[in-house]
Amino acid sequence: MEGPIPLFDRALIDARNARALRGPEPVADFLLRAAADDLLDRLAAVKRHFARAADIATPLPLLADRLAASGQVGDILRLERLAMPDADRRHPVVVGDEEMLPFRPASLDLAVSALTLHVANDLPGTLLQIRRALKPDGLFLATLPGGDTLVELRDALATAEADVTGGASPRVAPFGEIRVLGGLLQRAGFALPVVDQDRLTVRYATMFDLMRDLRAMGATNALVERSRRPLRRAVLMRAAGVYAERYADPDGRIRATFDLVWLSGWAPHESQQKPLRPGSARTRLADALGVPEMPTGEKPGG
Amino acid sequence: MSASGRAAGKVDPKLLEILVCPVTKTTLEYDAEAQELISRAAKLAYPIRDGIPIMLPDEARPLEEG
Repeated sequence: MEGPIPLFDRALIDARNARALRGPEPVADFLLRAAADDLLDRLAAVKRHFARAADIATPLPLLADRLAASGQVGDILRLERLAMPDADRRHPVVVGDEEMLPFRPASLDLAVSALTLHVANDLPGTLLQIRRALKPDGLFLATLPGGDTLVELRDALATAEADVTGGASPRVAPFGEIRVLGGLLQRAGFALPVVDQDRLTVRYATMFDLMRDLRAMGATNALVERSRRPLRRAVLMRAAGVYAERYADPDGRIRATFDLVWLSGWAPHESQQKPLRPGSARTRLADALGVPEMPTGEKPGG
Repeated sequence: MSASGRAAGKVDPKLLEILVCPVTKTTLEYDAEAQELISRAAKLAYPIRDGIPIMLPDEARPLEEG
């Protein structure tokens, strides 16, 4: 069976993550820290203890550490695309591919994932596998960059490339829209699906500082259809100019948008609220509204 | 520098409880001697390195046809 045409070069992403992890510069983890804070808040609002949790391919162990410290989960294991360096291993780890989950059906009480699922080539299939790995009434809570993430960079690069070379190739990956992602949750069979979005605006001195951070996140362009030629210096300089012209604050610093889309859903269980079947109502709508009931087809006051 | 001391790379038994073959989602046999997780359905043996199961078909050893 042929899968969908891959959009992302996963081997390249893994190599870049490895380079970001082992490279001389510290990993840029501000987005992940923000995501972990938010995830912990959201989980606290659920007021439940989760005996067995899995962190699905979040790039660093930071989220699993925070979950373990929260006291709201019992065991937490990590699915990692690449095994972390030994010193960073604080949780049971399995190396695997989140698009091919190695978890027994109905084995998890909680599945979390941060800043990973946006590069899944088959997100509907991945969500379905996660839902199946959850026990009935198990919770899935994840965040991924979506919406207008890096909209300014996309614009600056496309404008500059068109100006300098007369054409443009995709330099910033497409991101999922909130409405589409909500539909995917539903299709994957999650009950009570909720999708919402948080916007983070990060300010940098120049576009090059933003690009350095993206590299330190292992997050540079990994589209299969990307141009294999690196951006020319002239294009980069022009793009930095466009970025500064269009997206700078009065103090000259530039803005970069990160929209974190949040997904949550439950594996179905009979205890959950659900809509009643049509025709099963035991109270008249007219009584609830305090108005006289009229047969259909008649206009009020007619 | 891979783990030399560190419990000599034992797999967490709780992990073994919930792992299945990523391809077929079927139960795995644990071969403690060879440090492999065997999927009869997929005819693959997934290696355990340093206590970490590597559940990637590309990294697995194809089982000889029996």
